[in-house]
Amino acid sequence: MNKCVERLYNGIIKENPTFVLMLGMCPTLATTTTAVNGVGMGLTTTAVLIFSNLIISSLRKIIPDRVRIPAYIVIVASLVTIVQLLLKAFIPFLDKSLGIFIPLIVVNCIILGRAEAYAAKNGPLESAFDGIGMGLGFTLGLTCIAVFRELLGAGTVFGLTVIPEAYKISIFGLAPGAFFVLAGLTALQNKFKMPSATNGSAPESVLACGGNCMHCTGSACMANHAQLETRRLQAEEEALAAKKASVAQKQAELSAKLDKKED
Amino acid sequence: MNKLLNVSSSPHARSNVLTQNLMFDVAIAMIPASVYGVYQFGLKALCIMLVTVAGAVLSEYVYESLMGRPITVMDGSALVTGMILALNMPPEIPLWIPFLGSVFAIIVVKQIYGGLGQNFMNPALAARCFLLISFANQMSSFKLDGVSGATPLSVLKNGGRVDVAAMFVGKIPGTIGEVSVIALLIGAVYLLVKKVISIRIPAAYLLSFAVFVFIFGQHDPAYVLAHLCGGGLIFGAFFMATDYVTSPITPKGQIVFGILLGVLTGLFRIFGGSAEGVSYAIIISNLMVPLIEKVTLPVAFGKEGKKA
Repeated sequence: MNKCVERLYNGIIKENPTFVLMLGMCPTLATTTTAVNGVGMGLTTTAVLIFSNLIISSLRKIIPDRVRIPAYIVIVASLVTIVQLLLKAFIPFLDKSLGIFIPLIVVNCIILGRAEAYAAKNGPLESAFDGIGMGLGFTLGLTCIAVFRELLGAGTVFGLTVIPEAYKISIFGLAPGAFFVLAGLTALQNKFKMPSATNGSAPESVLACGGNCMHCTGSACMANHAQLETRRLQAEEEALAAKKASVAQKQAELSAKLDKKED
Repeated sequence: MNKLLNVSSSPHARSNVLTQNLMFDVAIAMIPASVYGVYQFGLKALCIMLVTVAGAVLSEYVYESLMGRPITVMDGSALVTGMILALNMPPEIPLWIPFLGSVFAIIVVKQIYGGLGQNFMNPALAARCFLLISFANQMSSFKLDGVSGATPLSVLKNGGRVDVAAMFVGKIPGTIGEVSVIALLIGAVYLLVKKVISIRIPAAYLLSFAVFVFIFGQHDPAYVLAHLCGGGLIFGAFFMATDYVTSPITPKGQIVFGILLGVLTGLFRIFGGSAEGVSYAIIISNLMVPLIEKVTLPVAFGKEGKKA
């Protein structure tokens, strides 16, 4: 059970898909115009993510490796269709305001990413909890962005007026505002070093960047390459020395044996 | 120590051109337009200028002290940004909007990218576009002598006739700094005489714009002249497009940059939905500057004959 709690923590805080992994940027930027839309999109994705992780994890030994991506897409697409029909039936206003972004969950990279990176290698229970964690992390990210955008762009939070009409800055409701808010919140996340995979809690490495090339922006790259190169050379030298030593030892043993024989 | 005996690595000859001097020259050149703006629109215009300049200088100071960077308030670049922004504001705007604009210009457009010399867009113009998108109503309601009226450009856009002489002097509604062509030209001549700016960008800009409007607008010199005197074109060409940081440094590149500006402004004004297009044209061209510089790099001395 401990592992399940760890998956939740991992998804919500440590590898938050929005602020740390930077996955699913298209719905993040497009659907966060109002807080309600943000929460709706997040929870819809969560529902799909949980079941897709669960099903893919259960079928992971049956699906042949070569056709795994089409197989995942089929599973995810079926789930998205079900969710979309449910939304149309029970929450039609959300379906209307999210529009094309509901069918687009099929190609959301968080879902395929988690299927490929986690569900395909781990058991169904852990995978389901990974889906819950990632989904809630995504919902949290979208809600944060959406609350700020709605507050600044329309002066409301969840539809309640907070700032008078005259003081709203409507650019935050438009596309540039999404970039401003996302960048600002990610910068805050980095500034306060909330525990995440890319800072703080990551294991110390000799490399300045932490050695994780996935998040490398390139500026520190050359220096790190030099470091890696020297370490590789060092290791090779060590291996060579060890080999020489072992050869020398064998030779010594052999000669000792020969000496004995001659005696 | 005797300077003659001081041994150091090159460069040995230094010019007296400092960021500070250049910036204060630009500020001086904007004085005629500002004075005319205050004369025409009253103390309200002066308040807007004070607010934007104070906002720009203050946000630069606060950001740099918070981030532990060297304080560069005294180099005058924040002052110039604030002044340009103020001259781009309509006179009737509530004061908090220009303040927000100058904070955006300094912090988001300039400081976050690394301060003076690192911004890829003109901060004042980026802030103007930010405000234009955010507060479309307040940013485009112009009043003259208490009567709200359409700017000559929107009159032209709707097929009306305008008085070019009034546009030249500045008896028209518009933003604080752009109305008087004659005041702007006085400042521009000052900048050209002091060699703060070169004529290449403004000349290429105005010429290509005039040709574009003549071809695609109306084949009428009076119409072209009205377009040249209208809106922020003169102000943009001499004061904003020539910003050192966001314009090409190669001579050929400056001409390419000017032509690009002229064509874009013409496109926006003649075929676009809004009457004015100078700000967006300059901002988009700013983004092209690295590309233009890469293509127009001059050949180094001694390499003329060689073909690679």
